[in-house]
Amino acid sequence: MPKGLLAGQVKVGDALPELGYDVGATTVILGAIATRDWRPMHHDKDFAQKRNGVRDVFMNTPNQAAWFERYVTDWTGPTGRLGRMRFRMHDSVFPGDHMVMRGHVAGVGSDDTGCAWAELDLKLEVGGKAMTTCQVRVALPVDGHDNPWVRRGAQWKP
Amino acid sequence: MSDVAADLPREIQSWIGQKRYEVEGEFEVERGYIFTSCASVENGNPLYWDEKAAQELTGGFIAPPSMISVWFRPHHWAPGRTQQALPLQVHFDLKEKLGLPEAVMTDNTVIFREPVRPGDRLRTWQVLRSVSQEKRTKLGLGRFWVIDVEYVNQHGESVGTESYTGFGYRREA
Repeated sequence: MPKGLLAGQVKVGDALPELGYDVGATTVILGAIATRDWRPMHHDKDFAQKRNGVRDVFMNTPNQAAWFERYVTDWTGPTGRLGRMRFRMHDSVFPGDHMVMRGHVAGVGSDDTGCAWAELDLKLEVGGKAMTTCQVRVALPVDGHDNPWVRRGAQWKP
Repeated sequence: MSDVAADLPREIQSWIGQKRYEVEGEFEVERGYIFTSCASVENGNPLYWDEKAAQELTGGFIAPPSMISVWFRPHHWAPGRTQQALPLQVHFDLKEKLGLPEAVMTDNTVIFREPVRPGDRLRTWQVLRSVSQEKRTKLGLGRFWVIDVEYVNQHGESVGTESYTGFGYRREA
């Protein structure tokens, strides 16, 4: 079975490796297309400036979710299974920004079905300012034979 | 509901808690779009690229959980369609009915259940949960609202729930 991070290897306070990325217009527009978001503020700079009063097109919500998912599963490996994701946008991310994703483990535990969970506090920062904050609940295998993905129905409590 | 403004038009009050805009996705879940999503964020998770790994862990390829809302968003054009279809229609209905031309999403929670797989046809509906009184923010004067979006697959199994908080507003000089 493909290897991934085990619950016993994770403790509160652990930091996830940073991920830095230079955001370009292509990043924003490809992200909008990939999420089938045709609203003009995500691809039309003139519209974004005149209607939204911002300096440029900006990253949309569902694409930021995809970035956070990638960030988490880069850390857990494919055996990590997302249960819940909550995020809040504080400010917009524009072309020309260098975004940095950071995070740490805020909680660990297991539910009454024996599923092991890690609670993560994550940030998408630009210039040291948190533009989006995100809390993720991700299931991790308890050992090399466990696989959170096989859980269904009452055995899956995200 | 816990956050329903007393001055809200009766029509909008009647939407709260009601299942609205139940639709089936215009197209089935397919790997081409999964690749587009993964490419947009450089996601190399083998569940989406490596058939052997996907078979061993998830019983075959799945879609990234965070794509859940992608599968019901209409394409930009379709033959015979006379109006641009909008995702999260309740959000746009609120903007129009409340006379709030601008809006942003401020908070989004997603709960993931059964994995979404290539070939699935998802159904979705929206439920307005609350609308606040008028509030002034740095963007302008407007109202916050919460909309839940439910998603099920062709077997009637829940694949997830999204909850959006939006802020509709008028820009102030």
